[in-house]
Amino acid sequence: MSSHSFLQIRELSKRYGGAPKPVFEGINVDIERGEFVCIIGHSGCGKTTILNILSGLDSASGGNVVMDGREVSGPSLDRGVVFQGHALMPWLTVAANIAFAVKSRWPDWSRERIQQHGQKYIDLVRLTGNESKKPSELSGGMKQRVGIARAFAIQPKMLLLDEPFGALDALTRGTIQDELLSICSQTQQTVFMITHDVDEAILLADKIMLMSSNTSTGPAARIAEVVVNTLPKTRTRADIHHHPQFYKIRNHLVDFLVNRSSAPTVMNSIGGIGYPPEIFPGLTSEEDSSDKSQKPSLKKIK
Amino acid sequence: MLKSIALKAALLSVLLLGCFLLVWHIATLPKQTVAAVDSEYAKLMGGGAPKSTGLPTPLQIGEAVIKHASDPFYDNGPNDKGIGIQVAFSLARVTAGFLLAAAVALPLGFFIGMSPLIYRALNPFIQVLKPISPLAWMPLALYTIKDSATSSIFVIFICSIWPMLINTAHGVASVRREWLNVAKTLEVGVLRKAFYVVLPAAAPTILTGMRISMGIAWLVIVAAEMLVGGTGIGYFVWNEWNNLSLTNVIFAILMIGVVGMLLDMLFGLLQQAATYVE
Ligand SMILES: Nc1ncnc2c1ncn2[C@@H]1O[C@H](COP(=O)(O)OP(=O)(O)OP(=O)(O)O)[C@@H](O)[C@H]1O
Ligand SMILES: [Mg+2]
Repeated sequence: MSSHSFLQIRELSKRYGGAPKPVFEGINVDIERGEFVCIIGHSGCGKTTILNILSGLDSASGGNVVMDGREVSGPSLDRGVVFQGHALMPWLTVAANIAFAVKSRWPDWSRERIQQHGQKYIDLVRLTGNESKKPSELSGGMKQRVGIARAFAIQPKMLLLDEPFGALDALTRGTIQDELLSICSQTQQTVFMITHDVDEAILLADKIMLMSSNTSTGPAARIAEVVVNTLPKTRTRADIHHHPQFYKIRNHLVDFLVNRSSAPTVMNSIGGIGYPPEIFPGLTSEEDSSDKSQKPSLKKIK
Repeated sequence: MLKSIALKAALLSVLLLGCFLLVWHIATLPKQTVAAVDSEYAKLMGGGAPKSTGLPTPLQIGEAVIKHASDPFYDNGPNDKGIGIQVAFSLARVTAGFLLAAAVALPLGFFIGMSPLIYRALNPFIQVLKPISPLAWMPLALYTIKDSATSSIFVIFICSIWPMLINTAHGVASVRREWLNVAKTLEVGVLRKAFYVVLPAAAPTILTGMRISMGIAWLVIVAAEMLVGGTGIGYFVWNEWNNLSLTNVIFAILMIGVVGMLLDMLFGLLQQAATYVE
C-alpha cells in the first residue's frame, strides 16, 4: 500500500441521482502493476458501478481514481474493457472487430500492420480460421474470446472485465479461464475482474476483494476484506483442488458471502484512510479455521 | 422443401394469372348481337369498332405492350412521347426529389437522433407536417416556385422526407449502448463514431425509412404529374384518358406497378445488404 501503487482508489463513493443513500462509499483500494484482482459480492452491491468508474464510462460522486500517476476522468485506451455481453459489432467480421480497436489505438498504422497485429491476438485466443466470420456465426464462448482478444489487442495498461464468463457453460468457461490465466502471466497484465464464481476467483486472482451488501436499510456497500490468494502462482484448474490451502480460502469466501456480507465492516486506518483488512485464510492453521471447515455447499453465489 | 414451395407458388401464380386473363377475355368479348341491333347507335357514337367501345381485351393490351416496348423512346411532340421517355421523366423527378430529401433527412435525422433535446424540440413540427398530403403543398409550391416541373420535385421532396427523417432519428437514437461504450473506451472520434459505429448500426432502420419514402414518392408522382401536366407517366395516364384510349391507360397502370415494384426490389436488396444478425 505504498503511495505510488499503480492504481489507487481513494474514498470512492457513488450515489445515483434521487437515491436516498450512496450505493457504496469509502472504497480505498490499491492495485499493483501486474496484479490480478477479482471482486466478489452480492448482486446489486455496486461492482459494475465501480468497474464503470474505473473505465471512465461513469463518474464517481466522491473520491477519485488515479492510474499510473494520472487521475481517471473519462474512457481511455489505457484501460481495456471486456463487456459482459461481449459487445461485438455484429456487422463486422471477427478480424474487423479487432482491427477497429487496433486502428483506434494506432491510427497511423498501415492496413497490413493492423491486420498482422490483430491476427496475433486472434491466434492467442485460439480463434485462428474464424477471422472472416461474423459474431452471429460464433458460439457464445467464441464471441467472448473475441471480446477478450479485442481488449488485449490494444495493449492497455489495465484490463477490466465484468463477469466475462457469466453466460458460458462450465466447460467453455474452464478453457477460457485457462487461456486468460496463461495470457495474463505471459503479458504481466494488470487485471480487475468481477465474478460471481468463487472457484474462478481463486484460480485467477492474486487478491480477492469482498464487497459487503448494499441493502435498502443497511449502510452503503464497502470493500469489507481483501483476501490474499496464497496458492502458488503455478496453479492450474486441474490441480488446484488438491492443494491444502484451496478449501481454506474457498470456505472463507463462501462463509463471507453466506453469513457475513451484511455484517458491519471494520477498517484498518492507515494515514487517516480506512483500508479493508488483508486476510490470508490459506495460511491459517487447521484449528483456527476449524469452525468453517465444513464442506462447502455453495458452488456459485448469484 | 423450400424449393418445392417456391415452385408450387410460381405455378399457382401463373395459374391465377391465366384465370384472370381468361375471365377478362370473356368479359370483354365484343357482343355481336348488341352491336348488330345497335349498329346505328354505334355509328352515331363514331366508329362502331369494338376497340373504342367498352373495356379493352387482354389481347389489345398485349398488342399495346408490344407496340410500346418496340419503340419506347420516340418523341413526336409534347403530346406523343414514347412510354420509356415518360417513365424516365417520372423517375428523374422522383430521383431528384428523393435525393434532395435524403440530403436533408439523413443529416438532420442523425442530429435529432443524437440529441434528445433537439428531438423533443422538433417533434411537434414533425408531427404536424407529417400527415399533410403532399399534394396539398402543390398550390403553395406552384405559387412560390412558379415552375411546374420544380413544383412536382418539391412535392416528392416533401413527401419522402418524413419517413426517412423519423427512421433515421429513431435508428440513431436506439443504437445499442454497448457499442457506443466500446467506441468510448477506444477513444473513437466523433466522425469515426458516426460513420463506423452509428451509421452501420442504424443502417437497416434508415434503409427501411428510405424504402417507405420511395414507395410514397412513386405513389405521389403519378398524382402530381396529372395535376401539373407536361411529361411523365402520370401525365401520360391523364392524356390517354382524354384520348379515351383505355388500352393505353391500362398499359400505363401496368407500367406504374412494374416500375414501383422494381424500385421496391432495389431498396429491398440494399436493405438486405445492410442488415446484420445480432
Ligand atoms: N443508472 C442507474 N440509476 C440508478 N440506480 C442504479 C443505476 N445503475 C445501477 N443502479 C443501482 O446501483 C446498485 C448497484 O448496481 P450495480 O449494477 O453496480 O450492481 P452489481 O454489483 O454489478 O450487481 P450484479 O452482480 O447483479 O451485476 C443497484 O442497487 C442498482 O439498483
Ligand atoms: Mg454487474
